[in-house]
Amino acid sequence: MSIDYSEKIPNNVDLAGDRKLQRALESWQPNFLTWWKTMGPAVPTEDVYLRTAVAVGREGWAHFDHVAMEEYRWGVFLAERNSDRRIAFGEQKGEPVWQQVPGEYRADLQRLIVIQGDTEPASVEQQRRLGETAPSLYDLRNLFQVNVEEGRHLWAMVYLLHAYFGRNGREEAEALLQRNSGDLDSPRILGAFNEETPDWLSFFMFTYFTDRDGKYQLGTLKESAFDPLSRTCEFMLKEEAHHMFVGTTGVDRVVARAAELMREHDTDEIAPHGGIPLDVVQKYINFHYSVSLDLFGSEQSTNAANYFTAGLKGRWQEERRKDDHVLTDDAARIQLVRDGQLTSDEVPALLALNHDLQSEYVSDCESGLKRWNRVLEKAGVGRRLTLPHVGFNRHVGVFSGHHITPSGQLVGEDAWEAKRDAWLPTEADKTHVRTLMRPVYEPGKIAGWIAPPTHGINDKPFDYEYVHFP
Amino acid sequence: MSTTTDQPEVSFDTEPSAYRHWKIDVDGEIAQLRLDIDEAGGIVPGYELKMNSYDLGVDIELYDATQRLRFEHPEVRAVVLTSAKDRNFCAGANIRMLAQSSHPWKVNFCKFTNETRNGIEDATANSGQTWIAALNGTAAGGGYEMALACEQILLIDDNSSAVSLPEVPLLGVLPGTGGLTRVIDKRRVRKDRADVFATRSEGVRGKQAVEWRLVDEVIPKRQWDEAVAERAAAAAGRSTRPAGAQGITLPPLQREVTADGIRYQHVEARFEREQGLVEITVFGPEGDVPDTVERVHELGAGFWPLAMTRELDDLILRLRTNELELGTWIVRTKGDVEDALAFERVIAEHSRDDWLVNEIRHYFKRVLKRLDVTSRSLIALIEPGSCFAGALLELALACDRQYMLEGFMEEDSQEGEPAQLVLSESNFGAFPMSNGLSRLGSRFYGDDDTVAKLRQETGRRIEAVEAMELGLVTDAPDDIDWEDEIRIMLEERASLSPDALTGMEANHRFVGPETMESRIFSRLTAWQNWIFVRPNASGPDGALRRYGTGRKADFDRKRV
Repeated sequence: MSIDYSEKIPNNVDLAGDRKLQRALESWQPNFLTWWKTMGPAVPTEDVYLRTAVAVGREGWAHFDHVAMEEYRWGVFLAERNSDRRIAFGEQKGEPVWQQVPGEYRADLQRLIVIQGDTEPASVEQQRRLGETAPSLYDLRNLFQVNVEEGRHLWAMVYLLHAYFGRNGREEAEALLQRNSGDLDSPRILGAFNEETPDWLSFFMFTYFTDRDGKYQLGTLKESAFDPLSRTCEFMLKEEAHHMFVGTTGVDRVVARAAELMREHDTDEIAPHGGIPLDVVQKYINFHYSVSLDLFGSEQSTNAANYFTAGLKGRWQEERRKDDHVLTDDAARIQLVRDGQLTSDEVPALLALNHDLQSEYVSDCESGLKRWNRVLEKAGVGRRLTLPHVGFNRHVGVFSGHHITPSGQLVGEDAWEAKRDAWLPTEADKTHVRTLMRPVYEPGKIAGWIAPPTHGINDKPFDYEYVHFP
Repeated sequence: MSTTTDQPEVSFDTEPSAYRHWKIDVDGEIAQLRLDIDEAGGIVPGYELKMNSYDLGVDIELYDATQRLRFEHPEVRAVVLTSAKDRNFCAGANIRMLAQSSHPWKVNFCKFTNETRNGIEDATANSGQTWIAALNGTAAGGGYEMALACEQILLIDDNSSAVSLPEVPLLGVLPGTGGLTRVIDKRRVRKDRADVFATRSEGVRGKQAVEWRLVDEVIPKRQWDEAVAERAAAAAGRSTRPAGAQGITLPPLQREVTADGIRYQHVEARFEREQGLVEITVFGPEGDVPDTVERVHELGAGFWPLAMTRELDDLILRLRTNELELGTWIVRTKGDVEDALAFERVIAEHSRDDWLVNEIRHYFKRVLKRLDVTSRSLIALIEPGSCFAGALLELALACDRQYMLEGFMEEDSQEGEPAQLVLSESNFGAFPMSNGLSRLGSRFYGDDDTVAKLRQETGRRIEAVEAMELGLVTDAPDDIDWEDEIRIMLEERASLSPDALTGMEANHRFVGPETMESRIFSRLTAWQNWIFVRPNASGPDGALRRYGTGRKADFDRKRV
């Protein structure tokens, strides 16, 4: 098959002049489309009001139109190159960044890219049935926007594998389509990406907490000495911000509607009235936050230290940090459990880089909580939502194997299990949320468990026909 | 301690008139090679070569002698290895030299001396030149090991001359040039006796030496000369060498050495120091193929297979000794496939009945073996214009990996032919490895069907995709992938631990059966190299460093 490269695949990587890339993409693209058709959104649509990136500049990035989803123009974009860029950290700090993969780091870089790339299609797979229960056309459109952008992020990672990792890279790109979320034989690499996203509350939580993990991972790769990776991630971060917006405002609207129902019926027990009680929202927060913290890996990590020293993966906003960016002589304090006590310990800073990134993430997450609590405050509701302790419900890292309550008490396993249903979503909670999930496809209408958005997309009104059905 | 930086550049050039340590006398069928070491003639400063003890310089001359005897003296049917010093054959490798040497120097030295001793056995086995050790005095350590490489060992019976391997009791190291292996494998000394022998510093003499099979015969001093001459004559009488053969001359090699490489007529090496690699190109034959064996003799050292082999041999030795940090060798060939095959046919046709052609084949075999035991990553790049055909294909097969370009490079004109390999009979046993197998036999060890199938492919030009299917190459990237694949692979290789690579490659290169020769490299050498770096040998209080200081070694007593 032949592809009109500049038209079909918007790009700023000179695809038309790069035979190697063309060949790689020519064999990969049909497989991607097959994957999209079988594993992508399950609801049939005629077209969707989507944003397509057609260039890296401000205008090129925000190009809106109704498009048929399988004709979406997944593009390949890297942020503009800074020809003076130098390695900002690690052993080779100050040397020019790499435009090619150094053989010494091929395996590590490929692994980092594959892991990142694997999460992108995974979330599309996890969310594929959500469209069947969308609370409004506006939300349905947002879901699809997130999906096509995750698809584009997959393209971005595949581009790197194709352009820089030779035959091996092509095989890995192929494998990204062969693993599937929840597949028993060939699951996605990270555990969290093998769980189906069963309802819209989970979707908003996912886009708030789990996509935010993605944002921080991309932030560290943006610092990479491997310049094409850095530039790819920089551009991806812009799109990731939209996913976070979907999560933040989604939870906003669930909370706002809950407050509304609570006042209307003068009770916290709004489930019978078709709302999602704040207790349940809190439990969903507890769950998604703790699962997302696990994605950072162990707080103490020699891998992270090696990646940093080699220049592969920096810290969040590395260049704004005021230290030597080498960290061989620095120390960091991490929380841990010792002798049955929650305590802290000083460890070499290099070994605590995952912890460092996780801390940045935690303070970012807090801003959402403030925001949702403001919604409650404004609505005159006294109840507040909180982030649980970082050690709560952890299965990876220094807290795994310990039992820590949301408020940060170290307790025994029995005590913890006895309270589990008060902290994490129960079957009954999930069932209730699920019963609320009924599709609302009529323009301007919205489901009863969620408030309408304050603004539409691209200045369009809420009742705009964001999605056309066949 | 000498280090690689202050180590002098070693040259392997020499010829009999330049020998400082050996006297070679050819008398009809018999050659006498007498060790007469110049104490002040060490190859590096810092020690005196007392007691007829040797260093690398002495062995370079010995290697030269073995080569000249085979090529320049086809009339020689027996070689008597003896000493020009009274009551002292040879005390082995010089201890002060070993004590002051860096680890790589010791390892290289042992490897080269081992190869030379294997070459002596090869001459006996394949050239009809039987080597006889005539120990007219004590042969200790490496001295006795030199004798062990000979077909027969005669020891003078003077009630004082002994054979010994005193390395373990005196130096805390092993006899590193095959002594332990040859005593049990070749001479079939019982293992308990071998144990006693190798821990008894004064060694064994007289009848006991014969009884224990450490020597073949002890001969009273009065009858010595006569008996040695008789044994030599008897060995010569058994030789298959043709009568009246005329030797050829091995002229000095012409080479141009620069900071960036070494250039010979048929072999070239370019150094890429930053990447830690050397790009070796072997050029295929030029000019007419000799139509008669007489023409081969006329050409002599100018006959391409011999000229190329000598140059490659010299290059391998120089790179191994002088360029320790060029850890990856890229091997290419350049030339016409048909010409390479035509020259090879001359070798194949005449190696049975012509002594010179036979010598050339065995010489190429020995050089390939050198490559097999070279502690560098060997990567063959098979590109258009290369001539990996038949014997030259062995170069690629000796490598750790083979990459073959599929099709053409984009910028090349699409004329000519894509890269090709050709199998020939030579690839099925003419150039065995030290494990006794052909390189293909090693590559497909235990899979005789594949080897048999490949045998049916001889003579055909095999392009990349098929070479890949046949398992002859590691990978066959096309022009789009080639550059990146090769670059990344080489960079990745360069980032790995050199020691781990050496160990890994040595393990992978030799599959299957062990032979005495392979055991010398795989077992004896590996253990020796371990012992060399242990403090018990080379630490400040170790046996090697304390030897001759009057102080005893202070051992760490833990068994490891």
